[in-house]
This record gives sequence, C-alpha cells and structure tokens, in this order.
Amino acid sequence: MLHHTPAVVAERKALRINPAKTCQPVGAMYAALGIHRCLPHSHGSQGCCAYHRSHLTRHYREPVMASTSSFTEGASVFGGAPNLRQALATIFDVYDPDVVAIHTTCLSETIGDDIPSILKKAAADGIIPQGKRVFHANTPSYVGSHVTGFANMVRAMVETFPVPAAERMEAVNLIPGYVEPSDMREVKHLAKMLGVDARVFPDTSGVLDAPQTASFRMYPSGGTPVSVLERLGQSRLTVALGPTASEPAARFLEAAHGVPCRVLDLPIGLRATDRFVQTLLEDAGGALSPELNDERGRLVDLMTDMHAHLHGKRVALWGDPDPVVSLTEFLADLGMKPVCVLTGTPGKRFELRVRGILKKTAPRAVVGAGADLFFLHQVVKKEPVDLLIGNTYGKYIARAEDVPHVRFGWPILDRVGHAHFPTLGYRGGLYLLTRIVNTLLERADRDAPDEELELVL
Amino acid sequence: MSKSRIPTAPAVDPEEFVEELVRRYPAKVAKKRRRHILVRDPSEPQSIEANVRTVPGIITQRGCCYAGCKGVVIGPIGDMVHITHGPIGCGYYSWLTRRNLFRPRADGANFLHYCFSTDMQEEDIIFGGEKKLREAIREAVELFRPKAVSVHATCPVGLIGDDVQAVAREMEEELGVPVLAFHCEGYKGVSQSAGHHIANNNLFKAAVGRDDLEPSSPFAVNILGEYNIGGDAWEIERVLERCGIRVWAVFSGNGSIDDIRRAHTAQLNLVMCHRSINYMAEMMEKAYGIPWVKVNFIGVRAMAKSLRKIVAYFEDPDLSERVERVIADEVERAERDLAPYRERLAGKTVVLFVGGSRAHHYQDLFRDLGMRTIAAGYEFAHRDDYEGRHILPTLKMDADSRNIEELKVGPHPEKYRPRLPAERAEELRRAGLIDHYEGMLPDMEPGSLVIDDISHLELEMLIKRYRPDLVCSGIKDKYVIEKFGVPSKQLHNYDYRGPYAGFRGAVNFARDIDSMIHSPVWKLVRPPWEKEPCLRAELTA
Repeated sequence: MLHHTPAVVAERKALRINPAKTCQPVGAMYAALGIHRCLPHSHGSQGCCAYHRSHLTRHYREPVMASTSSFTEGASVFGGAPNLRQALATIFDVYDPDVVAIHTTCLSETIGDDIPSILKKAAADGIIPQGKRVFHANTPSYVGSHVTGFANMVRAMVETFPVPAAERMEAVNLIPGYVEPSDMREVKHLAKMLGVDARVFPDTSGVLDAPQTASFRMYPSGGTPVSVLERLGQSRLTVALGPTASEPAARFLEAAHGVPCRVLDLPIGLRATDRFVQTLLEDAGGALSPELNDERGRLVDLMTDMHAHLHGKRVALWGDPDPVVSLTEFLADLGMKPVCVLTGTPGKRFELRVRGILKKTAPRAVVGAGADLFFLHQVVKKEPVDLLIGNTYGKYIARAEDVPHVRFGWPILDRVGHAHFPTLGYRGGLYLLTRIVNTLLERADRDAPDEELELVL
Repeated sequence: MSKSRIPTAPAVDPEEFVEELVRRYPAKVAKKRRRHILVRDPSEPQSIEANVRTVPGIITQRGCCYAGCKGVVIGPIGDMVHITHGPIGCGYYSWLTRRNLFRPRADGANFLHYCFSTDMQEEDIIFGGEKKLREAIREAVELFRPKAVSVHATCPVGLIGDDVQAVAREMEEELGVPVLAFHCEGYKGVSQSAGHHIANNNLFKAAVGRDDLEPSSPFAVNILGEYNIGGDAWEIERVLERCGIRVWAVFSGNGSIDDIRRAHTAQLNLVMCHRSINYMAEMMEKAYGIPWVKVNFIGVRAMAKSLRKIVAYFEDPDLSERVERVIADEVERAERDLAPYRERLAGKTVVLFVGGSRAHHYQDLFRDLGMRTIAAGYEFAHRDDYEGRHILPTLKMDADSRNIEELKVGPHPEKYRPRLPAERAEELRRAGLIDHYEGMLPDMEPGSLVIDDISHLELEMLIKRYRPDLVCSGIKDKYVIEKFGVPSKQLHNYDYRGPYAGFRGAVNFARDIDSMIHSPVWKLVRPPWEKEPCLRAELTA
C-alpha cells in the first residue's frame, strides 16, 4: 500500500499529491443546502455539479439536489448568460424552489461571467418569478479550498437577505461553520439550553439527515427559512464559529448592519466549548442551566477516567483549518501529543494558532497549511505515530503504516455516524473522545499477546 | 397494504405517461425532451435523439469530458502516473471513486491510490500554467519513475491557452518517459462521451503498436471497454483462460501500459462497452487488421452466447469443444446457484438508467432472473448504442461535438495484418458477427420506455407512476430513489460489491438484488401507529 511514498521529503513546487482539500463550489453547495427550499445551482460545465453532488451524497448517504448551467464549448467562449437564463426558467418552472443559490466554477470565473448583471436582466425579463429569490457567490476553484467556498456562500447569504433593521431584537445570529447537521443540532441545543434566541444559518439539519418515510421530498423540512435570513440584520450579536468558514459573513453583518460579532473557534473539545458557552452567557444574554454543568461534567469525567490510555500518545491529524485547530487543543488537553497537524486549505492563521496551542505539548510538531497527505505520510513514516485522525483518505496511510485511524472531518465515505452524532459541544466531545479511546483500546486488544489480553481496561 | 412494500404496479399507458411527463416542462424544453423519449414498438424502425447538449437547469445525471477521459478510460491504467492539470477539484473527485481495481505486475508499480494534480492557483490562471505543469511532470518522474505519465486538461486550461500537448512532447524528450497529453476540458462535447473519444485517439496514437511482442497462444484476444469494476475483468479472464482463450490486453480495467502497447498483436478484439471504446476497435481494425466482436459478459446466457461468438470467429474444433465443456460446467453451476433467487425475483420489474452501456448489458442478467425491464436509458450514449451501428452513416455531427477530433487511420505500413481472408471477413460481417453492435432497442419489450439523458423530474415521475421493484442508477440518484421506498442498485459502482460479470458474477448479482428487494427494512418504514388504528384502553377500578 502506497509503497511508492519515500520517507525522505524532497521539496515539491508544482506537484500536488493526495490533497487535503478540494475546491470551492462543493462548500458553497453544502452551505446553500442549509437554506430552506433552496436549490443550489452550479454555473459551469456539468461535470463539477455531478462531482460535487456525488461527493456530498457519498458522505451523507442522502439525496443532494443541485442544478447546473451545463456549459458547452460555445458558452465557454461566448459567455454563459444564455445558459443561466435557460436554467433559471427551467428550474422555476419544473422544480419550484423558493431560492436559487448560484455558485461559480473555474470555468465561469476564468471567462468572467458577470452574474449580477445576468440576474438583473433575468429579473427584468420575468425569468425570475415574483417572490422567488436568486442570489450568487463567486467561488473560483483556483482560490483557497472548499472551506473558502462555504465561507463565500455564507457571506453571500448575508449580502442578499437581511433587510435594514428599524430596531434591535434580543436574538443572536449563530453561524455554526462548516460542520455536520448533527453539529448544527448540537449548537442549537446549547443555545436553547442557555435560553438564547438563536438564528442559526446555514442549517443543514433536517436536510442532509432526513428521515426515511417512503416519500421523497425535494426540499426537506430543514434549512434556515428566508424569513429568518431576512431578520439577521436586527440581531444584537453574531456569534461566528470557525473563523475560516464563518468570519466573512459575520464581519459583513457588522459592517453593513451594525451587528457586532464574536468570532470563536469551533466548539470542539472542552475549552473551545467553554469559550462558546461563556460567550453565550456574557454577550448573548444566556442564563446558566444546571443541565449544562452536568453535560460538561460528564465530558470531564470521561477525560479523567481514560486519561491513562491517552497520555503521551502521538497523533497525526489533518482536515479543514477550523475543526483541526480546535481538535488540536482538545488532544493537547487530553495529554496527547499532536506531532503532525496539517490542513490543505492555505492561510497563515492556521499555523500560528496550532503552534500557539502546541508550544508546551509538542514544540517540534510539524504544522502546515496548504499541505497534502503525501507529505503527512512521509512525516509519519519517518517518525511513527500512535493514531491518525482525519477523513477517509487517511485509511490508505493507516494501512500502509499499520496505525489506527479515527475518522473525523470531511469527507467520510466509508463509515456512518458523522451526520447523526456531533463532534461539537460537550456531548460531541464525549462522542469524539469515546471513538478515540475505543479505537486505541481495540488496537491494544489486537496487539496484546494471549497471556496479556485483559478483560477489564 | 401492509403485506407488500410496493403496491402492484398500476397499469400505465406508456404513451399517456410520456405526454403527461413532457407537459410538465416549459414548451421549448418539452419539445426537446420529447425527442429523447420513446415507447418501444418493434413493428417499426424507431429513432431517438441522443448525444446532444443537456438542457440547463434540468438536473441531469451527466458528467463531463474530463470524467470520460481521465476518470473512465485512462485513469484505470494502474502503472502510469495520471496528472490532472487544473484546480484541485477534478483530480480530487476522480481519486479512487470509480472502482476500477488493479493488481500490480511483477514490477510492483501501482499508482492508483495516489491523486496527482497541478493544483492550479490564481496566478497560474493569470500567467498560464505550462511552467507549473512542466515542473509537476518532472517531479512526478523523479519521485515515482513511472513507465509513462498522462496529463489531463480541465476547464480553465483550454480557456487560458495552455498547450498541454506541446508540454508533453517537450517533457517526454527531456525525461525520456512517454507523456500522453489529453485535451479533455470539461466543457468539450456534451457529456463524458467526448472524453472517451479523446482518450481513445491519444491512447491509440501514443501507445498502441509500440511493442511487437507476440502472444504465444493462437487464441489471444483483447477486451476493449472493460474497466474491472469490482473485479469484473478478473472473472471474465478466469472463464476465458479456462476456455484456452488468452487475454492479451484489457482496455483498461486492471490495465498496464505495457499490455496496451502490444495489444495490436492479438487475434481479436472483444468489445464490451461499445460507447467508450468503439473508436479504438475501429482504429485497430483499420491500422492492424484486427476485427472486433461485440460481447456481453453480463448474465449467464449472455456470457455463454459471447463465448460462442468467439468460437465462431476462430473456427477451431478443439477450441470449440473446450469452450462447450466449460459452458456446460459453468452454466450448470450458475443455474443451480441462481435457482432459489429466480424463484423469489421472477416477475419483478426493474428500470435501468446507467452511463453508456450497462443499461443494455444488465437486461440480459435480469432476464436470467425472470425480471422485466420496463424502462431503460443512457446518460450519454449515441444513437448507434440505442438503434444499432447500421444507422452510423446517417448520423450528423452537431455543433457541440464538432470539435472532437476524428482520427484518419489507414493500414500501418509494416504492422497491418488481416486476421481473416477477405471473403471470410465479409461473410462474418454480413452475419453481424464481427464489427457490429445491434444496440439496445431490439432487446426492449414492446411498450417499455426508453429515455435518453433522463432528468430528475422524469425519474421521479417514472417511479411514482410505475412503482418498479428496483431502480438501477448511480450514486446521485440512489438515495432519491430509496427515499421513495424503492430499493436502488448502483450499476456504476455496484454498491461496493461485485464482481457481477461472468458466471460467478451473475450469482453475486442475484444474491445482492434479492437481499435488497427482500430486505426486512422496507416493511418497517412506516411506524406501527400510522398503520394500525390507535387503541386506547382505560383502566377502571
């Protein structure tokens, strides 16, 4: 397995091997699915849309609906306006969404299609029916990663929907970040427990974890309603979870509507969740609930119970910057040693944050943004680790190096649970920690000689 | 109602259904889509529109030219390094997502678990990406020492004018390693199909005929258009080798570039997926004199029939006796293993909407199981795949596909060697045994539906009206279909199972289909309190 990968790292300037990121539009498609009765639309050639739908489907095992402009060579040379106009006419006539959220691809970005003016004309020509909303985000695939695409689409939401506010309401905007439907549920659960009136967007719970009822619904019950998006400008505060995914939208709301914002780490692990809760208590008008203390206490209890099995374990982890930063902190708090921490998404902040967290725990850790899994494999080949934490693509490294692997992040194509069980919040921490501990214990059982196999661990 | 998951399929008038269906579209779209749909009527020659542009916004199943070239035809060659020249997405999504399995040869080379990309950035779009591509090829060769490298262009590459073929020539010279470049930008053509053609052209020009090693067997065949999904090619090879037929090269499942280079010394080409590889079959016949036979290795009877076609071609008494022995043995075992499933599946209805060949191939296997195909269609096949190759001379190229290069191929000056005497070849051609494919339509039941490039709306209406027992499609549709309470078999990736080809594959397939249709879960979808009236008893003292 992967035996062409040498342990010695040679500098690569041009060749990307086994990326730890993908391109913008899939993130935008995911974000758009977090609006109720919204159809994502990919303005490019149809291959992108097919790939993005397929990949989201593999991850969620759910229908993922999206349409495309289906560029041909002619459109690629002369512009995609006629394709987009035709697409909108067909979409509204046949599929009747309330909202169409357009994103672009490297094709339409390279030829420079001017979507605002196409949409303006389409509206004037009656192609967009009254009361229907069409908006867009530019998501060039050659900039950033899928996380950038998510951030761009969420920012486009707040550029589009909020109406000017006459008065401030008590409500708090909550941007949960590029996380799973289960995580969005968890964020809502925490807000509710503290009595915070939260406007969560985007929200894919109820969309990408829809129940089986033997009746397909093109637009499932979930998703943030447009009426909520329209009121985002009236809120007293925006809490943005995960700076890479959520900060651009929060900053826009601040600048355009005067809604102040707090940008926090994704609440993965104990301390990041503590900071989120503190923010809800101090800035968002939340009130402490005894149940919350119990939830926290249960997580700390498991941390103390199992600490011995975790202490000093060397971990390599990768994924999207926001979840990886928080997870690194959690692992360090568990007494583990994150010795290799990478993201495929470019950006300087990641390295600064991770190095800051690991200053004492693992000062020599390999930390990098814009990195790939080929490099990660080389690192762990040279200095072996006890555990890999990251998406499904890591399974090849796990097999090659015979290291246990906890699936975490996006995409997870070969296991289930990620859409249903959170990694955010105290309960998410409990679930994540359970999987980490049990994976290590499974491995300990497998490796123990017969005479040392323990009944109780 | 509670007894059966699926209400008995209502008697649907297919003509009325088609009218109802197209009425749901705006007038212009309705007119277009009507030409892609027909109700099978064997009493007259029927014609369908295919291989034309997708209606924007209609929610198609289709992918792009890059997927057809890199993802389908070239990607499975396991001992080459395939570099995607573009932003990261295209390479990423085609990384290990098609299940074209590969077993390394003696040299151990296997690059299929890797994804290689130039990961183009904004500056590459602005200043051009040729320099980065050159460097990427250099790094790939230094790191991996592959026997050959391929380069696949993506959407922006054509627009910014990167000349990947010029870069490939330059790097081939500099590094001494063959570099095959494909201008398979996603917007070319109207579907994956254009990518197949582009892949065929360059693989033919740059690889086939480069190594004259001769097979030791007189019965050496290539299998064209077989991608070894879930191990299909291995099961086919098992049977053929048992028959004494040597598999010389496979295009391109479990493919090695070495095999492909020497493929021109085989005696016969077997064409499995007509759509993706018929170009190669034709070009190899013109250049090297190798005829081709259309085969279908899916289904017990289809497998036996295909073996007999090979026997008819070779006209060798020993071979034919051996093949008949193998058929008798394999069929007996397969029939015995299939019998219990057939009992449980006979009479069930199925609809098939798959790429460019399986929607036809699997009808044979479903017939083996006593199941009925009530509707079928392709994403991106051409009219000859529906109607048969005899219509080829009447096909007109439309503007969207005109720019796909058509290679002019003549007999190779040294290597052309007709495998059959001219009159024998003519006889086989007239009999339809060689160089012919009759298409899917003749195999469809009267009154069944044929739909090309089916849209989400059409699939949804079809399921609601016909209530089939099974729908075969791909990953994008699977959970849509199952949310209707109808089991869905992915016929692209086999739901991570297989092989389904050959005699043993047929049994695997029957077992999997039976397990899906008869899964206990379908009867548990509705909660009991919705099925039964709620009874409430009151306790009285």
